[in-house]
Amino acid sequence: MSRIEPCFARLKTQQRKALIPYITAGDPQPDLTVSLLHALVSAGADLLEIGVPFSDPMADGPVIQAACERALAHHVTLHNVLDMVREFRQQDADTPIILMGYLNPIEVWGYRDFAEAAAAAGVDGVLTVDMPPEEAGELAAALQAHHIDTIFLLAPTSNAHRMQLVGESASGFLYYVSFKGVTGANRLDVASVAAKLEELRKHTKLPVGVGFGIRDPESAAQVARIADAVVVGSVLVNRIAELADQPEAIAPALTETLAAMRAAIDAAG
Amino acid sequence: MEHTNRADSPQAGALPDESGHFGVYGGRFVAETLMPPLEELDAAYRKYMQDPEFVAELDADLANYVGRPSPLYFAERLTAQAGGARIYLKREDLNHTGAHKINNTVGQALLAKRMGKQRIIAETGAGQHGVASATVAARLGLECVVYMGEEDIHRQAANVYRMRLLGAEVVAVNSGSRTLKDALNEAMRDWVTNVDNTFYIIGTVAGPHPYPAMVRDFQAVIGREARHQVMEMTGRLPDALVACVGGGSNAIGLFYPFIGDSDVKMYGVEAAGDGLETGRHAAPLCAGKPGVLHGNRTYLMEDNDGQIIETHSVSAGLDYPGVGPEHAWLKDTGRANYVAVTDTEALQAFHLLTRTEGILPALESSHAVAYTMKLAAEMKPEQTIVVNLSGRGDKDVNTIATLEGIEV
Repeated sequence: MSRIEPCFARLKTQQRKALIPYITAGDPQPDLTVSLLHALVSAGADLLEIGVPFSDPMADGPVIQAACERALAHHVTLHNVLDMVREFRQQDADTPIILMGYLNPIEVWGYRDFAEAAAAAGVDGVLTVDMPPEEAGELAAALQAHHIDTIFLLAPTSNAHRMQLVGESASGFLYYVSFKGVTGANRLDVASVAAKLEELRKHTKLPVGVGFGIRDPESAAQVARIADAVVVGSVLVNRIAELADQPEAIAPALTETLAAMRAAIDAAG
Repeated sequence: MEHTNRADSPQAGALPDESGHFGVYGGRFVAETLMPPLEELDAAYRKYMQDPEFVAELDADLANYVGRPSPLYFAERLTAQAGGARIYLKREDLNHTGAHKINNTVGQALLAKRMGKQRIIAETGAGQHGVASATVAARLGLECVVYMGEEDIHRQAANVYRMRLLGAEVVAVNSGSRTLKDALNEAMRDWVTNVDNTFYIIGTVAGPHPYPAMVRDFQAVIGREARHQVMEMTGRLPDALVACVGGGSNAIGLFYPFIGDSDVKMYGVEAAGDGLETGRHAAPLCAGKPGVLHGNRTYLMEDNDGQIIETHSVSAGLDYPGVGPEHAWLKDTGRANYVAVTDTEALQAFHLLTRTEGILPALESSHAVAYTMKLAAEMKPEQTIVVNLSGRGDKDVNTIATLEGIEV
């Protein structure tokens, strides 16, 4: 078992909702990433999502695309990302880590070798944006053999058939994409998300995280009332972009942004 | 008209399988949001291709709007120049809008209309597919947005203006390498955002299932006609087929109806750019390796870490790091051969065809002509080659003049 299921179980007994921040590994520079991850945990993150840079992030908006480009300017590879996870684990043995990215870097590495290396580094879940359950069999099996969860997306377009399929294929938690669009867009409609989650829960017992479009404490609190986890990405990556030339200011800025969301989520009850 | 007879495709229906795979290639590698729309598109496509009314409307458009069938032309002086096999040109350059791209956009636009979509989006490299999309959108009164890399917008200014004249909005894409692959990323982002009212017309046999199969089926009219025409003109099947391969839609369109004819050799010609050995090329089948990009598994230009690398070709339409998954399959099974031709060789072939036959080929098609000259020379005079002349070269005149230091 990975760290993800116990983490959600613990939060449930505490009647708390999970906060999952996302940053792109190596953005704005590789030597900063591990310290930023620790800062996010101190600011109230329950799980961490680490973006693996990819040259063609088709499902992402301009903010995360630019983060990928900043990281790739430093030639950050999937191997490097696992090195960062390993370094993070030296000081934090508990916080679950989910890698989020696209299939090709994993494909090129080889599913089994990657799964083994990821497990050894301390990865708990892998979310491959462009790999729906239909294409996931081999990779999911390789990950499962190393007790790594395969996280899948669900979306406003998902019908009952797909909710069933994705629910059966996933482990750890389900990631519900709050709107039709790319990361970073401002299209969150909490009422429609609530309606869809209600339907989704008929098909799965897994915890459900909601991401896309959560940009401030208020929207974080609204989502926390209906979901098990709140995923926050572009708003953090935006702050990194603004401070890319003042690296020492990034950790305090991320801490400030995330802590405010944490407080709002906890207050939402 | 022979193109109404779709049953004579020898391998029709064999591949891809139900889930869109050609062996290990193809498939549907997209974010969940796009899975239901792709299922819906697949269902609509299967339904309408069996619908006699839809097929009749498509055939009427191909005849009366596109101008099909396109001629198969015996290039006598070019044949003499090569000194070997007889060379026949499938004149897709004579289609409305000047390339094979319109065969597919006519089909997909009719499908969009049947599915009730009001808005069309497309990606384009050389601009030919953008123009072909803008054209059918204008004709059907649909809104049209075309994504085009900033680099390509400079290379193909005339086509950008044509699209705007046709009422399309051309959006400059300035991420990544600012070429076709980035335009495709951006079009996908638009589609995922506006999926309710928008139909994405992919211009080549790439992308997630059902696009590679659907675009192939719309382009297979090329090979069906060529098969019929060459039989009429020579009394037998050709010995070889040659077509350029970027994404690979004109090549698969020519090849597909001949796949079951094992005596017919097939040659797909990729862009070797400055030369395969320089790394500055766009030849994933000749010099790349398998990976996953833009919704399918296929051969890619990628580095050892799985990042997509920049391609280079004098021809914007071939400047793409992937290739249709069916070509990957045809390569691995050995049914088709894939070769590459440099920028310089393509330019020479452009001039050669222009001077010997009075036909200006597109730079893309010039790659096919260049390889044909080598191939014909090795073959016997009683043998025949059918070359897909996929587009006309008018759009490239400025590029060629600039490369050769001539002010137009």
